[in-house]
Amino acid sequence: MYRYDEFDAAFVADRVAQFRDQVERRLSGELSEDQFKIHRLMNGVYLQLHAYMLRIAIPYGTLSPRQLRKLAFIARRYDKGYGHFTTRQNLQFHWPALSDVPEILADLASVEMHCIQTSGNCIRNTTADHYAGAAADEIEDPRPYGEIIRQWSSIHPEFTYLPRKFKIAVSGAKKDRAAIQVHDIGYQIVRNERNEIGFTVYVGGGLGRTPMIGHKIRDFLPVADLLAYTEAIVRVYNLEGRRDNKFKARIKILVHEKGAEAMRQAVEAEFAQRDRDALRLPETETARIRAYFAPPALAPREAVSAVFEARKASDERFAAFAATNLAAHKTPGYAIVNISLKPIGGIPGDATAEQMEAIADLAEQFGYSEVRVSHEQNLVLPHIALEDAPALYDALLAQGLATANTDLVTDIISCPGLDYCTLATARSIPIARRISERFGDGARARDIGPLKINISGCINACGHHHVGNIGILGLERKGVETYQITLGGAADESCSLGALTGPGFSYEQVVDAVENVVNAYLEHRIDRNEPFLEAFRRLGMAPFKEALYRSNAGADI
Amino acid sequence: MPQVLTANRLRDGAVVFLGAEDRWVERLDEARVLEDKVVADTALEGAKADEKANLVLDLYAFEVVRFNGGVRATHLRDAIRAAGPSVRLDHGKQASRP
Repeated sequence: MYRYDEFDAAFVADRVAQFRDQVERRLSGELSEDQFKIHRLMNGVYLQLHAYMLRIAIPYGTLSPRQLRKLAFIARRYDKGYGHFTTRQNLQFHWPALSDVPEILADLASVEMHCIQTSGNCIRNTTADHYAGAAADEIEDPRPYGEIIRQWSSIHPEFTYLPRKFKIAVSGAKKDRAAIQVHDIGYQIVRNERNEIGFTVYVGGGLGRTPMIGHKIRDFLPVADLLAYTEAIVRVYNLEGRRDNKFKARIKILVHEKGAEAMRQAVEAEFAQRDRDALRLPETETARIRAYFAPPALAPREAVSAVFEARKASDERFAAFAATNLAAHKTPGYAIVNISLKPIGGIPGDATAEQMEAIADLAEQFGYSEVRVSHEQNLVLPHIALEDAPALYDALLAQGLATANTDLVTDIISCPGLDYCTLATARSIPIARRISERFGDGARARDIGPLKINISGCINACGHHHVGNIGILGLERKGVETYQITLGGAADESCSLGALTGPGFSYEQVVDAVENVVNAYLEHRIDRNEPFLEAFRRLGMAPFKEALYRSNAGADI
Repeated sequence: MPQVLTANRLRDGAVVFLGAEDRWVERLDEARVLEDKVVADTALEGAKADEKANLVLDLYAFEVVRFNGGVRATHLRDAIRAAGPSVRLDHGKQASRP
């Protein structure tokens, strides 16, 4: 993975010193909150419902064991012994004291981590496919490009005061595991007819209050032009994006109001007139950065592991885990292992310090020291020999990390919601827990098959409910929580936004409603091989609406 | 409607309430009940000095209802804020309740 050179280290150290000084001056009163707020946001410090919240950037979701151990250390020393992994591959601490934040940042800097640009109207963490560098279907590892964008966008003097936040994602396979079509810029790695690597470019995707799918503005962007083109897009946005209305300030609104074709022309014109050489990526530089992400030298293994097969044959639960949580690796004899942070009835995305340390150990022991964070709030060990999978599983089991539910109905994505967040209008986590308990960890969930449930506790959609196969949005009406259900969303390459089923459901009734939706799917699907999303796209809303709003189904009209 | 004044403590972000003698307290049952909006607005004005003095931030008043000898927030958000996350009863103010 990328290692800071001396310039990066000095830069981050400078920023820590700068923020330490800003915190001191805030605490002494030399800086008012109005003066300080913009600085604290640029360092990822929010004020939430119960306490401050610190958001730590995990570039393209890649962590070393050393970094994970430091996060565990910080969790124990400065917080309540746990951390929360987010829908943008970051980590949040929900209980740090402002007065401790400078020390926390210094601790993070010691392992080349920081919180810079995890908030504010700037370019945020660039996310990538969490199977990067390992997936069997990968065209090319997207992370070097994530790193290039990260370096270029960090404290970029021109783009520090954008109209609003800006989020970029890169996908390295045709199968989009990075949700690029609902990002401000989405880059899809492709090969052209000459077999050269480049990007298909999407602009203007986003969720939040006004979900929109990104528009393709370029079929093929050569790698060398990545930064120049990105800059062209952001320059057009910076110039023309709205600053009069916070809710119309994202680039998706600009694309919508301008029109995709006009946007494309504006970007291409900006791109054409810039000094391309200034930002052209020399192949030597790209190669240098790619080298940091070179795949580890995996010990050769038999494609079929006798140990693995034997364990599957003799242990039903391990067989279930292998069937759901393992994904195909490009190297024979290896697999990508998903570590679920969605224990049945648990809080999605939370991990204790002990669990983080255990995963760090396991990554070192079995996983070539690589850990990934997925935007679906789970962790990944991307390089595990099948031979080692049983031993890994046993260790994960001991830590409560072996829930066999990757992509299943209980692999729920949920924002923190009204239990933690000042923006929230409803609780989200209790809904996730109850849904998880309703379907459980067994045959029923496996029979239902792949089904993404996303829950957001307010209209800002941090739970990405618009792209959930089942999306749940928690609102408030007359002081009472009410939950809207959307169906048929998808964040992958078939990107679609969920459709509203109808009137919302109460806190008490929404889990029954979700179960009614699932039962309708089971009743109408062709067979087990037709997943929920496909069935919904074939059937349309009618049978689900019927299941939800039968006279005794209890929706609050 | 009775109200309580609340803020976050600057240093650690903890939720605090305006209590007796204009001191900031951590528990809702120690908060001063402000009988109506007029009284609350007066207290809010006074408390702004503490914002300026960098003790607290994000001051506001929320509605309460009298309950069991004490008060309870009428709005769910304020109730969660006064108690702690409903999904981790071992965290927040609720954890140290006797």
